[in-house]
Amino acid sequence: MEKKTLYELQTENVRKTYLFLVLFSMILFAIGYFFVWYFNWGISGLILLAVFIIIYNWISYENSDKIALTSVRAVLADPNQYQVLNNVVEEVALAAGIPKPKVYIMNEPQPNAFATGKDPQHASVCVTTGLLQMMNREELQGVIAHEISHIRNRDILLMTVVAIVAGLIILLRDVMFRSMWFGLGGGGRKRAKNDNGAIVLVIVGLILSIVAPLIVMIIRSFISRQREYLADATGAYIVRDPYGLASALEKIGGYSKPMRTASNATAHMFISNPFGHVEKLFATHPPIQQRIERLKNLTM
Amino acid sequence: MGWIILIGILVIVVLWYVLTYNNFVNLRNRAENGWAQIDVQLKRRYDLIPNLVNTVKGYAAHEKEIFEKLADLRARAMGAQSVKDVGETNNQITEALKTVFAIAENYPDLKANQNFLSLQEELTNTENKIAFARQFYNDVVMQYNAAQQRIPASIVANMMGLTQKEYYPVDEGERGPVNVQF
Repeated sequence: MEKKTLYELQTENVRKTYLFLVLFSMILFAIGYFFVWYFNWGISGLILLAVFIIIYNWISYENSDKIALTSVRAVLADPNQYQVLNNVVEEVALAAGIPKPKVYIMNEPQPNAFATGKDPQHASVCVTTGLLQMMNREELQGVIAHEISHIRNRDILLMTVVAIVAGLIILLRDVMFRSMWFGLGGGGRKRAKNDNGAIVLVIVGLILSIVAPLIVMIIRSFISRQREYLADATGAYIVRDPYGLASALEKIGGYSKPMRTASNATAHMFISNPFGHVEKLFATHPPIQQRIERLKNLTM
Repeated sequence: MGWIILIGILVIVVLWYVLTYNNFVNLRNRAENGWAQIDVQLKRRYDLIPNLVNTVKGYAAHEKEIFEKLADLRARAMGAQSVKDVGETNNQITEALKTVFAIAENYPDLKANQNFLSLQEELTNTENKIAFARQFYNDVVMQYNAAQQRIPASIVANMMGLTQKEYYPVDEGERGPVNVQF
């Protein structure tokens, strides 16, 4: 495998992410457009839909950290009881040049960690008790550096947006499906001036509503995977040591039991997939062995 | 027509001067801030050393040499003026602390002492912060020094009377393995 510098990795990553965000928006617009057309909402409906999407996103964005932390039952890590953890977070934050994030702990034997918050000033890092038990100081430092990289690279913002849009598209599909099957379309029936054209459009809509969410899930997983590679590299760069994280990943990879408290909505946040093995196309995380390989091949 | 071009050139030159000047001010402030970060951590370390010595002494009184060396280095580091001196004495302190913790390995009672463990963690924490703050400071100093050397910004740097900043020296012992990694 050819050696890549952090900066090459970074530009490549940003480019791919933008490309996929554009694709994302196009899919969302196509679905939204079809939705409005099907229910015969007209221009006011389109505006209403846009307003709804913006408000929905804004609320989710403002509360994303609280939602994530509550959903995994995380509690603030007491600085006396978790002295080492708090110290390590403080050190790595200093190295990364961001304020120290809040430190949370979740009671869970699987070694794992995630970061959340809308910007570096309002960020939190959360680790499992299993992680603390299994890692030495260097490995813990590597894991925290990975999480702090997510904060510094603003991945959390991106991933939140991606998660919200994905959720929205799936929501739209469900509404559309139901109204088509059970004829709850209401005013929808009046819209058809040309019956043949209408049927074609309904078929297009059906295909769209089946295929789009699939594509969206693949895109989401792809962006998530790219971000994981980048966070590994940035983390190694921040603490000038790829071996701590590599060795931590090795230990994490060796643990096979799934997490008790994780759900689909939060899976992509964690440093490793909380459910264990997932098919590659839909995996939110790259295979651990591949991440370790890449870490060891980094040139800085 | 001629005077419009002249004014245009003048405006561009003034604008360029202001931007370059401000860039230098920013870089200098960042370097000074980086140094302040190191300074905070060094002070914390100077405070922790006597506590450590007192704790370890209770268990290993006859290892006098290392305690004296540590006390001496601490005094010299606190009195050091230039970046280079501060850095070098502190790198020696790092080595001395490693020796203390290596000695502690021979005393099971000491290793079980909660106070010692807590001190060890605090010193490791300070140690890492010094390393990270140094990394940050040296990065900024490199930018600052390079910006001063570049033409035509060097003209502004001369007019401002800027001087090159000193790097915080990297411990020779530390350098080896890090170079192998990257």
